[in-house]
Amino acid sequence: MIRLGFVYLLAGLMFAAFAVLSALDRNNRKRLGNAVFWGLVAVSFLAGDRIGDLANGVLVLALALIAGLGLLGRGEPATTSPAERRSLAERFGNRLFVPALVLPAVILAGVLAARLGDLPFVDPKQATLISLGVAAIAGVIAALFVLRQPPMSPFQEGRRIVDTVGWAVLLPQMLAALGVVFEHAGVGKAVGQVVTTYLPMDSKAAAVAVYCVGMAMFTAVMGNAFAAFPVLTAGVALPILVGRFGANPAVVASIGMLSGYCGTLVTPLAANFNLVPPALLELPDRYAVIKAQVPTALFMLIANTVLMYALAFR
Amino acid sequence: MIVLWGVAVVIVGFAIRLNPLLVVVAAALITGFLAGIPPLHLVAMLGKAFNDNRLVSAAYLVLPLVGVLERAGIREQAARLVERLKGLSVGRLLIGYLAFREVTTAIGLVSIAGQAQTIRPIVAPMAETAAAREGELDEEARQAVRAMSAATDNVAVFFSEDIFVAIGSVLLMVSFFASNGMPMDALTISLWAIPTAIVAFAVQAVRLLLFDRRLKRGRRA
Repeated sequence: MIRLGFVYLLAGLMFAAFAVLSALDRNNRKRLGNAVFWGLVAVSFLAGDRIGDLANGVLVLALALIAGLGLLGRGEPATTSPAERRSLAERFGNRLFVPALVLPAVILAGVLAARLGDLPFVDPKQATLISLGVAAIAGVIAALFVLRQPPMSPFQEGRRIVDTVGWAVLLPQMLAALGVVFEHAGVGKAVGQVVTTYLPMDSKAAAVAVYCVGMAMFTAVMGNAFAAFPVLTAGVALPILVGRFGANPAVVASIGMLSGYCGTLVTPLAANFNLVPPALLELPDRYAVIKAQVPTALFMLIANTVLMYALAFR
Repeated sequence: MIVLWGVAVVIVGFAIRLNPLLVVVAAALITGFLAGIPPLHLVAMLGKAFNDNRLVSAAYLVLPLVGVLERAGIREQAARLVERLKGLSVGRLLIGYLAFREVTTAIGLVSIAGQAQTIRPIVAPMAETAAAREGELDEEARQAVRAMSAATDNVAVFFSEDIFVAIGSVLLMVSFFASNGMPMDALTISLWAIPTAIVAFAVQAVRLLLFDRRLKRGRRA
């Protein structure tokens, strides 16, 4: 049975390759920092389940220190020049998209097959991630053959991109870990208490607004609508909207969650959506994507509040 | 209430642009300390949480493929395709992508596209080419086009993923209601996500058309 361990093994080997290639990169003055950073990530993926919680914790502290002290450089492995790329594009034409389409095609096939229950050797709960792993390999093989690229190029080119993103690569996972610590320390309860104690909810409209805006703000603070949903739904939506005003709970929950996503669009704590993309797109302003999303988020928060008021009490 | 200082550390740390990894770890340590968790226990808790969430980082498995495709010229080819489609503005291009992404996500295919494998190598170069059709883009406009491409992907995914019944958030709502003694069908919840998805499409589409106009005006000025 293929489980998540397969995906972790692949990721571990990939980061290990980045680490080794970084160590050998004489053009990067900070190559040691890069090698240790990606090496630790590889250790986490390959051995994280065996080294114990405390060792994992020390690993987290080490990663944060390397990033925080600026020991991470940017490797620039030899790659094709813009002119070469233009002539390659002319030569290959739309064949370039074939390996790119292998990725979604394999993921789609894997997800569909798992849903139909016909893949006895794949853990159905993790079908998407396992398909992603298989698809990534299939795509690379297709690219090497169809586009006749050198065998080391997937690792060198992968390293080129991972170094442009830098420490932000680990930020989403680190924030997920912070969420767990917040949960243990009772931060969610404290924020929920502030919202439910100090805000007025004596009319239908006020209660709807408090719940929707509360979901967005709580989500922005916690970085995740899933953390806000149980607290505010148990604290505001069930007792007041459903209990006192007789709202339809399915409408309230569904639109409440979507109000939370308006908060996700504006918070740096949702790093995989908001901070990793600017790094991937090499934008100098870390918050450029958030700024592009703010107007949509505000409009959608108003729209969700109006929709809930219009649809929940029919 | 005292644990809310951890949240304050995050907000201030991000606002003054300290290294975010350092800010997050510091916030975790301060919050745990204020909650009275012993130091070694706290480090172990952080380590376990980091280890349990490794699947968040598994998405980077696409980077070698994206890198090889870039080496072979996929961004240039994406740009060439758009050059041939006369009259396709950056706004209309991104509206097309928005529609594609909302529909596929609503039927559960959220993982077939994404920031690393679609926006960086294909959509952003296409958008830049479409925007540069009427003259060179200055650096500020180029960055705005890139940011808008990334934002459009996020908006599409966020407001259409809950239409799919087997997505994590819908299952979370179902189990929340179940544990509160209110059994609820996942399909009922996911149907009520449709109105928001339609409004989100309209809002983002209008913004993209206005973005077209702003780019045009910026060039004339």
